[in-house]
Amino acid sequence: MLESIVHVCLAGLSTGMFIWLVASGLTLIFGVLGVLNFAHGSFYMLGAYFCYTLLGLMGDNFWLGLLLGPLCVCVVGFVVERYFLRYVYPLALPYQLLLTFAFVLLFDDLVKVVWGAGSIGSPTLPGLSGSIPILGRNFPVYSLFIIGVGPLVAIGMWALLEKTWWGRIIRAASSDREMASAIGVRVPALFTAVFIFGTWLGAMGGGLAVPYVGLLTPGMGESIIIDAFVVAVIGGLGSLKGAFLGALIIGLLSSFGTRFIPTFDMFLTFILMAAVLLWRPQGLFGEAA
Amino acid sequence: MILQVQSINTYYGTSHILQDVSFQVESGEVVALLGRNGVGKTTTLRSVMGLTPPRSGSIRFKDMEVMGKAPYAMSWLGLAYMPDDLRIFPDLTCEENLEITRRLSRHSGYWNRERVEALFPVLRGRRKQKGLNLSGGEKKMLGLGRALMANPELILLDEPSEGLAPLVVRSLVGVIDEIREREMTILMADQNLKFCRRVCDRGYIIERGSILHQGTMEAIWGDEEVIKKYLVL
Repeated sequence: MLESIVHVCLAGLSTGMFIWLVASGLTLIFGVLGVLNFAHGSFYMLGAYFCYTLLGLMGDNFWLGLLLGPLCVCVVGFVVERYFLRYVYPLALPYQLLLTFAFVLLFDDLVKVVWGAGSIGSPTLPGLSGSIPILGRNFPVYSLFIIGVGPLVAIGMWALLEKTWWGRIIRAASSDREMASAIGVRVPALFTAVFIFGTWLGAMGGGLAVPYVGLLTPGMGESIIIDAFVVAVIGGLGSLKGAFLGALIIGLLSSFGTRFIPTFDMFLTFILMAAVLLWRPQGLFGEAA
Repeated sequence: MILQVQSINTYYGTSHILQDVSFQVESGEVVALLGRNGVGKTTTLRSVMGLTPPRSGSIRFKDMEVMGKAPYAMSWLGLAYMPDDLRIFPDLTCEENLEITRRLSRHSGYWNRERVEALFPVLRGRRKQKGLNLSGGEKKMLGLGRALMANPELILLDEPSEGLAPLVVRSLVGVIDEIREREMTILMADQNLKFCRRVCDRGYIIERGSILHQGTMEAIWGDEEVIKKYLVL
């Protein structure tokens, strides 16, 4: 029983860390730009597909693919922000949602055109596919690696935002973009930079998912973005701390749900979100409106 | 002449706020925009800073046409702005609020954190305090200090004396004099005529979005009719 619980916990943690990787970019973009980017899941999907293709081109060098794939997606993110999203900032929120949702559909179809509508089996990678025994049962090494990556990203983002002048400028602009501009921050360029960084985080999540999920499908962005949204809402929209904690909770909850009450797996996640919204509408770490 | 504003017209949506407003500021001067609440003083400062760009007219800063430039571009040219509600970054500490401005500024000069803290010793004790947790008076000092940290050539102050106790206003007179000694030009909007009389050279009286009267502060102070008509509530 104990081994089983430990393994379910570990599986939950690795699921949670994937959701965190996607939710972190989503949360950063919402916190700074005030845009709820539905297309963020598409960046995750594109990250996965780009990495997969680069992997094929470069002879199974996963790390090089992981470096270059998300950078390609950043170019896509740049185009989305600079030439489309920028023009809807002054409009009401529904317009922003519609535009980013349009990109979801667009990117899904684009992936179908380029890579085909069916699923692609991702390659098993030498060195990453092994498992090690934990309490007498084997656990995948790669999942342990993901469990390590998540907190590293969290610490990196915390350090960036709290300890560097870039981070202080980002925080200043996110709380008051007009005043930030008045002291010399080129706010539109800063927004583009933050959007690209958020895109990179989502695409990294996708790239890291390649050896993990087994199958790449054109709809893979949607399932993760729903989880990421739930996490962001539970944690408090715009709060990175909240998103991290929310991702841990949702990861563990769905892992335990799948193991012990499989029929209620999804139900558990949403009932938790509903409960949090009723009890603390601003989320665990959100600021009250 | 450091600033020349010529017949600007500024709107909020469809409401026509500033109507053909013209005025000028000479280098080294301290100039006041006077008038009651809601007559357009803040909008005038926001127009100059580029925060609410006018739809027509001309704004020349250091002999350059700057109308339509973004606020950050105005800041790079040497303009700083202290809004009436101060807009201290709530999430940054007192120290960070000051330093961020110096880092973003493209000008160097007399003012640095040590000198701002010497001007407002209270800020020294609040260095690690978040902007959110400062008192109203501390925010005012920080707002003014933050504008100074940019070492601008022209500083726009919106209601510097508002909400301050009479004793503090008196020390603010000394502060403005000290800023002025460092060869900074000041354009302020304020309702406190006594205060303006002490620190300003000239004044423009704004009423319903237009400039109705101008003169030296001494002349305005002596003109009871003008004071009664446009300034006293």
